[in-house]
Amino acid sequence: MAVTVKLPTILRKFADDEARVGADGATLRDVLGDLETRYPGITKNVIADDGGLHRFINVYVNDEDVRYLGSLETELAEGDTVSILPAVAGG
Amino acid sequence: MSQRPFTEEQVQRYARHIILPNVGGAGQRKLLDASVLVIGAGGLGSPIAMYLAAAGIGKLGVVDFDHVDVSNLQRQILHTDADVGRPKVESALEHLRAINPTIEVVGHDSLLFSTNVFDVFDGYDVIVDGTDNFPVRYLVNDACQLTNKPLVYGSIYQFEGQATVFMPGKETPCYRCLFPSPPPPGTVPSCAEGGVFGVLPGVIGSIQATEAIKLITGEGDTLEGRLLLYDALHMDFQEVTIRWDADCPVCGKEPTITELIDYEAFCGVPAQS
Repeated sequence: MAVTVKLPTILRKFADDEARVGADGATLRDVLGDLETRYPGITKNVIADDGGLHRFINVYVNDEDVRYLGSLETELAEGDTVSILPAVAGG
Repeated sequence: MSQRPFTEEQVQRYARHIILPNVGGAGQRKLLDASVLVIGAGGLGSPIAMYLAAAGIGKLGVVDFDHVDVSNLQRQILHTDADVGRPKVESALEHLRAINPTIEVVGHDSLLFSTNVFDVFDGYDVIVDGTDNFPVRYLVNDACQLTNKPLVYGSIYQFEGQATVFMPGKETPCYRCLFPSPPPPGTVPSCAEGGVFGVLPGVIGSIQATEAIKLITGEGDTLEGRLLLYDALHMDFQEVTIRWDADCPVCGKEPTITELIDYEAFCGVPAQS
């Protein structure tokens, strides 16, 4: 599946400063794997050492938090938008 | 309940609200009878406090421990060049009184800790979070949940901002439902380290002021259950769903946090507000 991934500022440095990039995969895990292959290091703050998602970065498929879908095994459809959202605290 | 009449000065000052559908005289009366606490008199706190003062919030509190620095003036529009070096609360109160001398403005010139947050929150109906660090954000969230106060949340980083409303009560999400744990220290730079686009807090802070006013007047739909995301660099607005987490340690089915904790230890960084 071809999907669009929206990147937060802190991850854009890995992807030539792009705010959104295309990626391919049947599941969220596949899509993040595709990103990591093309932009090494980009998922190190998304996927924890235990292989699960970090709890201070949320990932949404369209407008739904993947924690309430299938986490990394969430299945994606053609044209879905994956948004990666870190906690930020500035004020 | 009969509504207290407006003074002639109030009729003139709030005329554009009083004639406005969905606010009107009844809504303006609610604003005049309301109390709101703004946490932080910085980038977000500036537009929040200025619009709430202008709107006639009866009692407006401002918490900040810091002094005005010249590097603040690029975005913290509550302070002027002449205020550099003054306590932010002192500068904020003076400018808020200049905007609207008919409301009560209260300054809390201190850091927020587990030991004083309940005293500071006492007497306020709505809390608006414009702080700049994770320990205080978790502290404010937990204190709002434990005291049943609505929390208007906003935060910013470089060109991006987030805003929502967390309501107390059963099966409604809180900040911990959205972000169960803070990032490890050092992974997310502060505004001082990463820079911040000066107008960005103006947009997010204005949205927070909007939501605080709607919570008080009861009209319209707030951002409860929705996180609004704004990317100033690409002028992109997006919404995502925030769900109540049944396993949330503060507002879940079996809460494990029933009193305030050590937030500096929880976040691994020193607390500031």
